[in-house]
Amino acid sequence: MNAATSPIIEMRDISISFPGVKALDGVDFRLLPGEVHTLMGENGAGKSTLIKVLTGVYTPDQGSILFDGAPLVINGTADAQQAGISTVYQEVNLCTNLTVGENVMLGNETRGRFGIDWKRTHERAAEVLARLGLHDVDPRRPLGELSLAVQQLVAISRSMVTNSRVLILDEPTSSLDNVEVEQLFTVIRQLRSEGVAILFVSHFLDQVYAISDRMTVLRNGQFIGEHLTRDLPRHELIAEMIGKELSLVQSPAGDESRRDHVVGEVVYSASGLGRKGAIEPVDVELRRGEVLGLAGLLGSGRTELARLISGADKPDTGEVTVQGARVSIKTPADGLKRRIALSSENRRDEGIIRDLSVRENILLGLQSTRGWARPVPRKEADGLVDKYVRELNVRPADPSRPIRNLSGGNQQKALLGRWLATKPDVLILDEPTRGIDIGAKAEIQQQVLQLASEGVAIVFISSELEEVVRLCDRILVLKDHRLIAELDNDGSLTAESIVSVIANDGADADRTERIPS
Amino acid sequence: MTTESAPKAGERRSSILRSQYFGGILAIVLLLVVNLIKDPGYLSIGYNSANGALVGNVIDILRAAAPVMMIAVGMCLVIATSGIDLSVGSVMVVAGAVSMEFLSTAPDTVGSALLALGLALGLSLLLGLFNGFLVSVVGLQPFISTLVMMMAGRGVAKVVTGGQNTAASNGAFRWIANGYVFGLPVVFLLALLVVVLVAVLVRRSALGLMIEAIGMDPTAARLAGVNRRGLLMAVYSISGIMAGIAGVFATASVMTVDVSKTGDQMEMDAILAVVIGGTSLAGGKFNIAGATIGALLIATLDKTVVFLGISSSATPAFKAIVIVVLCLLQSKRVREAFLRRKSAVAAPQKEKEVVA
Repeated sequence: MNAATSPIIEMRDISISFPGVKALDGVDFRLLPGEVHTLMGENGAGKSTLIKVLTGVYTPDQGSILFDGAPLVINGTADAQQAGISTVYQEVNLCTNLTVGENVMLGNETRGRFGIDWKRTHERAAEVLARLGLHDVDPRRPLGELSLAVQQLVAISRSMVTNSRVLILDEPTSSLDNVEVEQLFTVIRQLRSEGVAILFVSHFLDQVYAISDRMTVLRNGQFIGEHLTRDLPRHELIAEMIGKELSLVQSPAGDESRRDHVVGEVVYSASGLGRKGAIEPVDVELRRGEVLGLAGLLGSGRTELARLISGADKPDTGEVTVQGARVSIKTPADGLKRRIALSSENRRDEGIIRDLSVRENILLGLQSTRGWARPVPRKEADGLVDKYVRELNVRPADPSRPIRNLSGGNQQKALLGRWLATKPDVLILDEPTRGIDIGAKAEIQQQVLQLASEGVAIVFISSELEEVVRLCDRILVLKDHRLIAELDNDGSLTAESIVSVIANDGADADRTERIPS
Repeated sequence: MTTESAPKAGERRSSILRSQYFGGILAIVLLLVVNLIKDPGYLSIGYNSANGALVGNVIDILRAAAPVMMIAVGMCLVIATSGIDLSVGSVMVVAGAVSMEFLSTAPDTVGSALLALGLALGLSLLLGLFNGFLVSVVGLQPFISTLVMMMAGRGVAKVVTGGQNTAASNGAFRWIANGYVFGLPVVFLLALLVVVLVAVLVRRSALGLMIEAIGMDPTAARLAGVNRRGLLMAVYSISGIMAGIAGVFATASVMTVDVSKTGDQMEMDAILAVVIGGTSLAGGKFNIAGATIGALLIATLDKTVVFLGISSSATPAFKAIVIVVLCLLQSKRVREAFLRRKSAVAAPQKEKEVVA
């Protein structure tokens, strides 16, 4: 970065408060043209708030924003867009029922004599898509037919129609696989070379180090530091983010204790459990005190299997025995009755109920197992809520707050509290640590081991194979909707060995094209 | 402790002012003031020593509000599940028709009045259950399911009475709508009692929480083990029974069922009452007290229209204007614009002071 380059965005002394929380406290931030700048921090550090100030969702209580050296007042998202600041959010905000071209050009359609000239609009869309290397995407196809990754790229194309000079990418990679991430990064590099300033937010350290030139670290709403990526080793970055001594960072929670707990009797067993189009029939046994990992790529069938075990989806085939009794589990309510709880991978849409309070969210599961006619007595409810808020370290520790106001990690902890309140024998955690910060992640991992030592049978699903290897006693490897291996984690297992199991499977069955690189 | 409780009292006061149904209360007061201007004696309440009844316009309003209160509370729960029940008016006429048809041949005893009541409520419950079945088991949209019932209900009523506007006489049944206890109309006291019972049922059990949960996020609620099907059946049944009670109230006052007029367009009144009461049509959080206030407002509005002598052809338009104004006042955007203007007006004044 040469000194002559002046920042395109300069935020000075930004402060903003919400009832009871100082979300940003005198934060400075600058963004240079032609750089990828990553905003780092734990959940609740203020990253999202800072972005929302920049995009006009929030108006700061104090502080100023300079755009290209001139003061910029942003009163609403339209102002930000007008100024040339575009945002692509974690969840794709596009209309899947419209065509790619319509999505890209929405609001900027080319107009002819008789209203919108759809032919030229689609041509223009194709030009923009081509600029981002999406030559092979037909702008007349419905967006819904494309993969999530391509949709993400279409969302970026959309912001390029207006020749934005600043592009904000808020967790764009959280639902993409490695190949798709690389595709996205190619586009980001392309835009960077064109002089676009890119603000990037991600929880994946590997990705941050792969793509960003510079990073700004926030903690508890305060500015901690700005560094060139190449000058900041990972462990120093983590220490800055969580504000703890390095030694604490380097000994991840519970590493030494995995083998401590005793694997007990079988609480759940299924034979031939399957559902057409979701997963081919498999046999599963879950034992008290055991952490069973489900490993596989996105779409391998691991979530589908979890949903069948818990009753979230109805199995077509299979015989299920819980605690020695033959049962049929067709709905989540059936599952909870048999003390099987599933924490969905989709925290936002299938986990929390946004407008209910933390307290109500925690109690909902237990309450529904008891039925509406037997409300959880106030004293018991207070005790449970208090217990889980404290033990799981949910912050802010005010259970009357709507859960939507909590950061992702804290929502996840509150949800864990919901399932624990039902006293499960089997707890299925589908991606419990996705998109949450390192501190909360360690806390959740520690809880998993703690629960196992208390005799709960745990099913643990994660895209991060290192995490699976570290936590699980036994690992089922899935691929293409079927079980391909069962591995005992005797200490010699590594993430690489699981990858090679996945890669080598089916090499002799003409499935080579599916093997990940 | 004292430092904590002091701001809480302030908070409570401002939360009442900001509460969604405050507008409803304000509107009722304003309408009464308008009536008072027309006739300074409007609010006066007399006492009829012959039957121990209080008499006056306000008492009339309370009496007229009873049926709307019933269907509004039922509708409130249905809307909270992000559904709608368009059939309440038709269920009212069915309940009225069976009770009148039964009483027209039955002896004039308390027993037959109770039997008529039982028949009416039983049938309403069945119709409500059928709505619930269509919505939760068959999976039809609430709008369509209850629209079907709305058309079918009136047909059923006509079949029951053979197309006639059946009249009957039964002292006990008549007393429900026309009697007085402690000087107040029985029908209003009953309505209040039912509202309180429903509120207690919903808020003291976990029914309220679960209704809100399925109204806000059906998928997440399902995964949390909430039995959506059972809840929807329960909620539509409650709405059916409430409509049945409303139908009994409406027919008992004149002891005649008018198969084409009884309960006609009452579903609209119920929906309006719910919305005025601050429950969003999108479902989720609901407010039974608000719906009750909304019902009282609708009744006040109806009486005011008559009292002001507005011609019957202009009545719907007048009602519409009042409700639009109220909804505008409640809309967040309008409120914010109003506040912004207020502060904009206040700000320059401050500047002037500084200059001076």
